[in-house]
Amino acid sequence: MDVRAQVTTVFHLDKCIGCHTCSIACKNIWTDREGTEYMWWNNVETKPGTGYPTKWEDQSKYNGGWERTKNGKLRLKSTSKKSIPFNIFHNPNLPTLDDYYEPWTYKYEDLFNAPEQSSQVTAMPKSLITGEIIEHIKSGPNWDDDLSGSPIYAENDPNLSAVSDDIRKQMFAVERLAFFYFPRICNHCLNPACVASCPSGALYKRGEDGIVLLNQERCRAWRSCISACPYKKTYYNWSTGKSEKCILCFPRIESGQAPACMHSCVGRIRYIGMTLYDADRIVEVANLDDNQLAEGMRSLILDPRDPEVIEAAQRNGVHDSVIEAAQNSPSYKFIKTWKLALPPHPEFRTLPMLWYVPPLSPVLASLDTGKVSNSTDELFESVEKFRMPISYLANLLSGGNEGLIRYSLKKMLAVRMLQRHKTVGDIERGTVDKMLKEADTTEREATEIYRLTSLATFDERFSIPPAHREEAIESVGVVQEHKASAGFGFKFAPRRGL
Amino acid sequence: MSNEKVTAATWIQDLVEPETRSWEEFYRNRWQYDKKVRSTHGVNCTGSCTWEIHVKDGIVTWELQGLDYPKLDPSLPPYEPRGCQRGISFSWYLYSPIRVKYPYIRGALLDNWKKYRKQHADPVDAWAALMADPESRARYQRARGKGGFRRSTWKTVNEIMAAANIYTAKKWGPDRVTGFSPIPAMSMLSYAAGSRFLQLFGGVNLSFYDWYCDLPPASPEIWGEQTDVNESADWFNAKMLAVMGSNLNMTRTPDCHFAAEARHNGTKMVVLAPDFNQVAKYADEWIALNAGQDGAFWMAVNHVILSEFHVKRTVPMFMDYQRRFTDCPFLVEVSEDGPGRLLRANTIERYKNVEKGEWKFLVWDDETGDVKMPKGTAGFRWQSEKGQWNLECKDGLDNSEYTPALSFLDNCSVVVQVAFDDYTRETQYKRGVPVKRIKTLQGEKTVATIYDVLMAQYGANRGLDGEYPRNYDDADAPFTPAWQEKWTGIDRKDVIKFAREWASTAEHTGGKCTVIIGAGINHWYHNNLIYRSAIHSMMFCGCIGKNGGGMAHYVGQEKLAPAAPWGAIAFAQDWIGAPRLQNAPSWHYVHSDQWRYEREFTEYAAGPKKHTDLNSGHTMDVQTKAVRMGWLPWFPQYDKNSIELVKEAEAAGCKTDDEIVKWVVQQLKDKKIRYTVEDPDAQEAWPRVWYIWRGNALQASAKGQEFFFRHYLGTTDNAIAPEVAKGHVKETVFREAVTGKMDLVVDINFRMDTSALYSDIVLPTATWYEKADLNSTDMHSFIHPLSEAVPPCWESKSDWDIFKGICKHTGEMAKKHLPGEVREIWSAPLLHDTPAEVSQPEVKDWALGECDPIPGKTMPNMRVITHNFEQLYDRYCSFGPKVRAGGLHAHGVDYQIADFYDEWIEHKPVHEFEGKKYPSLESAVDACEAVLYFSSECNGELAYRAFEDQEKKTGLVMTDLGADSRSVRFGYKDLQSQPRRLLTSPVWSAITNGGRAYSPFTMNVEKMLPWRTLTGRQHYYLDHEGYIDNGEQVPTYKPSPLPKNYGDLSVSKADGKTKMLNYLTPHGKWHIHSTYGDTLRMMTLSRGCEPFWMNDHDAKELDIIDNDFVEVHNDNGVVVVRCVVSARIPRGVCIIYHSPERTLGVPKSPLRGYTRAGAHNSLTRVRLKPVLMMGGYGQFTFYFNYWGPTGVNRDTHILVRKLEKLVY
Repeated sequence: MDVRAQVTTVFHLDKCIGCHTCSIACKNIWTDREGTEYMWWNNVETKPGTGYPTKWEDQSKYNGGWERTKNGKLRLKSTSKKSIPFNIFHNPNLPTLDDYYEPWTYKYEDLFNAPEQSSQVTAMPKSLITGEIIEHIKSGPNWDDDLSGSPIYAENDPNLSAVSDDIRKQMFAVERLAFFYFPRICNHCLNPACVASCPSGALYKRGEDGIVLLNQERCRAWRSCISACPYKKTYYNWSTGKSEKCILCFPRIESGQAPACMHSCVGRIRYIGMTLYDADRIVEVANLDDNQLAEGMRSLILDPRDPEVIEAAQRNGVHDSVIEAAQNSPSYKFIKTWKLALPPHPEFRTLPMLWYVPPLSPVLASLDTGKVSNSTDELFESVEKFRMPISYLANLLSGGNEGLIRYSLKKMLAVRMLQRHKTVGDIERGTVDKMLKEADTTEREATEIYRLTSLATFDERFSIPPAHREEAIESVGVVQEHKASAGFGFKFAPRRGL
Repeated sequence: MSNEKVTAATWIQDLVEPETRSWEEFYRNRWQYDKKVRSTHGVNCTGSCTWEIHVKDGIVTWELQGLDYPKLDPSLPPYEPRGCQRGISFSWYLYSPIRVKYPYIRGALLDNWKKYRKQHADPVDAWAALMADPESRARYQRARGKGGFRRSTWKTVNEIMAAANIYTAKKWGPDRVTGFSPIPAMSMLSYAAGSRFLQLFGGVNLSFYDWYCDLPPASPEIWGEQTDVNESADWFNAKMLAVMGSNLNMTRTPDCHFAAEARHNGTKMVVLAPDFNQVAKYADEWIALNAGQDGAFWMAVNHVILSEFHVKRTVPMFMDYQRRFTDCPFLVEVSEDGPGRLLRANTIERYKNVEKGEWKFLVWDDETGDVKMPKGTAGFRWQSEKGQWNLECKDGLDNSEYTPALSFLDNCSVVVQVAFDDYTRETQYKRGVPVKRIKTLQGEKTVATIYDVLMAQYGANRGLDGEYPRNYDDADAPFTPAWQEKWTGIDRKDVIKFAREWASTAEHTGGKCTVIIGAGINHWYHNNLIYRSAIHSMMFCGCIGKNGGGMAHYVGQEKLAPAAPWGAIAFAQDWIGAPRLQNAPSWHYVHSDQWRYEREFTEYAAGPKKHTDLNSGHTMDVQTKAVRMGWLPWFPQYDKNSIELVKEAEAAGCKTDDEIVKWVVQQLKDKKIRYTVEDPDAQEAWPRVWYIWRGNALQASAKGQEFFFRHYLGTTDNAIAPEVAKGHVKETVFREAVTGKMDLVVDINFRMDTSALYSDIVLPTATWYEKADLNSTDMHSFIHPLSEAVPPCWESKSDWDIFKGICKHTGEMAKKHLPGEVREIWSAPLLHDTPAEVSQPEVKDWALGECDPIPGKTMPNMRVITHNFEQLYDRYCSFGPKVRAGGLHAHGVDYQIADFYDEWIEHKPVHEFEGKKYPSLESAVDACEAVLYFSSECNGELAYRAFEDQEKKTGLVMTDLGADSRSVRFGYKDLQSQPRRLLTSPVWSAITNGGRAYSPFTMNVEKMLPWRTLTGRQHYYLDHEGYIDNGEQVPTYKPSPLPKNYGDLSVSKADGKTKMLNYLTPHGKWHIHSTYGDTLRMMTLSRGCEPFWMNDHDAKELDIIDNDFVEVHNDNGVVVVRCVVSARIPRGVCIIYHSPERTLGVPKSPLRGYTRAGAHNSLTRVRLKPVLMMGGYGQFTFYFNYWGPTGVNRDTHILVRKLEKLVY
């Protein structure tokens, strides 16, 4: 047992309102500079939809993530370090500007400066790359928001491949029409393809918290990380000539604060907490069959109250306070205890450590009489009658394992039934007990789920482990001196060739 | 290293040496900042979120939400974080290229000004000369919107504005100087700055809440209340949530989680919407009804609720609630023609001598078998003896207790077949109503209970004769579940199921059903009827005045919590006490000449066939009647200068103020003076100077924008609508159309929006991170500060300081032109919450000789008022003596403040002039402190006092609600340190003690405190004669106006492949109105524009594919924009989310000869619903932003086609 610590995130998709506040919190602080305009370390997608960069999930297009070899080993799909030098000027798996978008702005200044003319003044869009006027903007980082352009976008969602043709057609008719939001940041994977792919060794996973970082001094612009990451969460900065990615706001985490995107999540969907996992089993788990991967990943996460785990963690230098943080981790509950949260596209085999609670959705309708009807006798409809097909969710969140999706949705429904019973009383106790049992839960667990889902305060949603910076600084210098000298020095803006 | 060896384990073991991680400071340095300052955004989003503004190197670098809201009840989810994608983008504006950094002036105006200024040493003379030169005036008017701005100085622009103010007051009257600034609650002192200047000057404030169509007229109709709603935390208490016309994640972004979280607490959530909108995403059921047909759905829901929970079986709580808290037991006269007026107490022998007996109403006592006169009605409120205005079931004459009868079903004299209108088939049906014959002083009268009338109207079958529905499947009989199918497209089974779940949930929980509703409903022509039917579903089930129950209407940030002191400052009640407050819908409809483009409203509005003065004709004529009856305000008042009128009266021998008023009344009667509304295009009627601040009056707020451009501004427009009113207006002069009524348009702004682009002068204002102010909302119960994170950037100033400067310069010019005390005649309509609401028991028009003109009773209030223009600046800076003497007032609650006023002078900043000291309002911080210090919401002693006042008026125990917080005070600095929760105060209707969530009318229900209505109860029934004439005395369904009659497409031609679609403009995701929509952030996350959304099949038929440019047009104007094609939009409708600017990347229109196309408001033209103009009667009495017609725009239709040629 090789116990390591990982800051692990859970996004509750049933609560996500698709507002993108997270995206801008991030952008304001980290990617508002020249060269980073198109970077959205945090973005929010409408599902079904093609996402950003467009169709990122389609690995037949991008070749991201890992694949299993015949002899049971793992191999990067995109490239090997050996092959990179041969593709110096052309990396065939990189998204192009068309897959992203051409960042633009407007000639706002014309509104002040234009001389008097015969028609009303207008400020034209212009490219942030070339400065040229753009008469017809053709793409953006959130182009298919709220199911926009469904015939072109939503219908081309790669996750729909698992959904039957019939249902697929229905999903764009009134009876079945539905969508939900899918916010994304770097998954800070346990088996990160980006780290594995970097010829310069610029990418690494921090020992103390598992955050994956891209060293801005060592990066040599190979861009192999961009190809290798199946989630397309590393980006190339054309101004500095370095790649950059989500840093999970480590300067905030180190000072006990939630990452900016999570701090600002006004849907209150985000949870973060420490988990302990067994690094010895990574290869084994990453080699499982697609529909076994999600459960395999759960098994990697260890019980932080198990004395053996604690001892092994301590042996590995995990600080006691970090173990304590793991014991209070809301993520652990959602993922491991309650089995509500699932990993995005585990079949990419990077073992992502951002998990998602799948969304409930409205009941299916019929058009029998020419009139729209949702009618059944039920107060809350069973999961099979939800508009969002389980097969779709399974393709997104469980490597095609529909049972895991059903399990999660049923449990959420049981929680709602129990709370309805308690607060209204129009559902019989017997019915509730039956539901709880079928959903593999108890009143006590359901109540806890309700509390963490609905009532959780900031401190309950975010259990940020202590960073012990004094120990980190001590390993390179004298902490007392650091106290006296931190912040002194000259600042140099990053430039290409740094 | 071979590829095969690249295994996971390799990487995990690769712990990086600490030394190699020193580079991490690259990102650590970015995160460092110098300070955090608390502020918020003043943008009419209702969010009112607390933000931490981060400052680094003296520059605002980013903002993040504050998380430190005090907790409410621990069983509720907390209020953190609050803030959305738009708010968090605000810092972009501060240093952006769209920031207004300096004063700007239109070059064509400046050149002309310079020319005349050279000729005249006196600036007022120079302005007069420029105004007298029609060529020069038209020259700069034509240039509006078309560029040619020049950077100017504060000195120059202040001189021009002051000269225009003084010239206008002298030449035309001060009520030709007008200001528009919306929604004070979002930055209340910035609003107060401009309005204080205007009201000290005698100018006019335009309303906004009704103009925006945010005002739900059903709220004053039913509750006598502008709007009072649950704070969002109270959604969590609801056990059934119906969401309609309100897209929570788009428009209630920071509150939406409460709905999501309620669901996990067992709440059922149903969304009613024509499109699969964003909130439908987490509904349990999406009821995909046809656009605008929600009223039909709710009428049928009520039919089911009454049939099953009031008739087949009765729920005791529901019945008890009807008796005590609604007008159900009140007696109404009925005849075969229909239900009529309430039975008055003074018509009965026993009560004939009671004071205000016309305004006291009667119920039937089941115990004694006789009529009783409940307390709590309007007559008890306004009679001389106080203490009887309450909801106790006691007779007002002898205090005897009674049990009000809800129905005469079991003991009626006879069953009368009463006629009810069916507006869908344009016919009447007769339904039996059990009645009693009652002896009155005017002979025997036939009366029914309102409850029985409702049963008949809703068609609840109780075995009575008449055209009652046979059963739920009777599709011909209103208002059955089968009947509604053809309007809503929703299966009857769904309606029945919904109604059962609704009533059953209310029964199980004591009324925890909530409707969350918004502009998606409120903007339809018949919005009041739709709202009433939805509210009735909650009244029938006892849900109003309960935590977790109620009509949660969220359209606009109307709730200004510290209303009393703020109102005194904003409307100069402390010095003048005679504000000029104009309802904007009427003002714009008339002055921007939109009335000229329509004929009789009966062409498009469903109504009874029998026509009367109040239900037919041209809207303009009802408007004119409403002005002279004192129902609605009107400015400019008269076709003569109100200053000159006083002089004329004195010349005619009038000595006292009374004599002057009498003289003016006689002149009006003799038609020697006219209300300008009667001849609105005469030059005496034009508004002349227009100040716009904190709003986008010429874009987001310009319904009928192209008509604004034509008639106000005199610049290019895109309207092709024909003028058709001639011959159809009877009381209005139709003269040749006028273009360019406005002499001067000033816009105060931090960004170059459309209003700024079209204004003559643009003044740079401080942003929300650069000034002190206050912000409150109905979405939560806290009050927030705006703060200076950095000083006002470049040459900008706070609104408070800008208007202080305007006061100073205008005052100085007054020394020569309008010196000393200046008197003028002031006129204002009959007001709600004053005795005037019991002034017109019947509609009698003095102008038609039906009664005498009596100011304040049969016509508007009139008074002689005195200004001192020289003292404008000093008065602006001082909290004046009138409040010390007279106390403060809001929502019918009064309290005295003299001791606090004196204490302030002793200990806090003062402004001194003419040897006297006053509490200082010199700085915005002073003004914030004054608002907090003198308010009953932030000063516990004043809350206690306000409760004492209520005790006197009602005879109820009230002060217990204020006893625990008597010593609480909080000031501006306290708000900066942490959000503070407002105290329970009788100015508002909820009890929030002990962390309870704010739910409106809980104070009424729990304390037996009357609503401010005719009966003091919630009104199902509306017996104003105008309502009876319009068939809206009872709840009903009226179909939407048909496009062929509505007049938006009378001359527009389908050119090429074209489709007609219903044009919807709900609130969008990437902007709050127009703000944020022009930021790079929001433009990037959307599509670089606010697109035109249409259905995929509709698009296919027009050969349109996603992201094509389309040309959208009707008689009113044209839009050219890219489209989004999506299956989530139903066929037959389209959406442009309110409200894009027309400043960014807007192409020209081929259909309009390649002029620049407009934005969403280019396609609108406003119609006013005349029934909402009624007044002088109980809750149908005017109050600013409270009552009056609303600016509906949802019934508009457009034509769309693919753009043939893209030209910029």
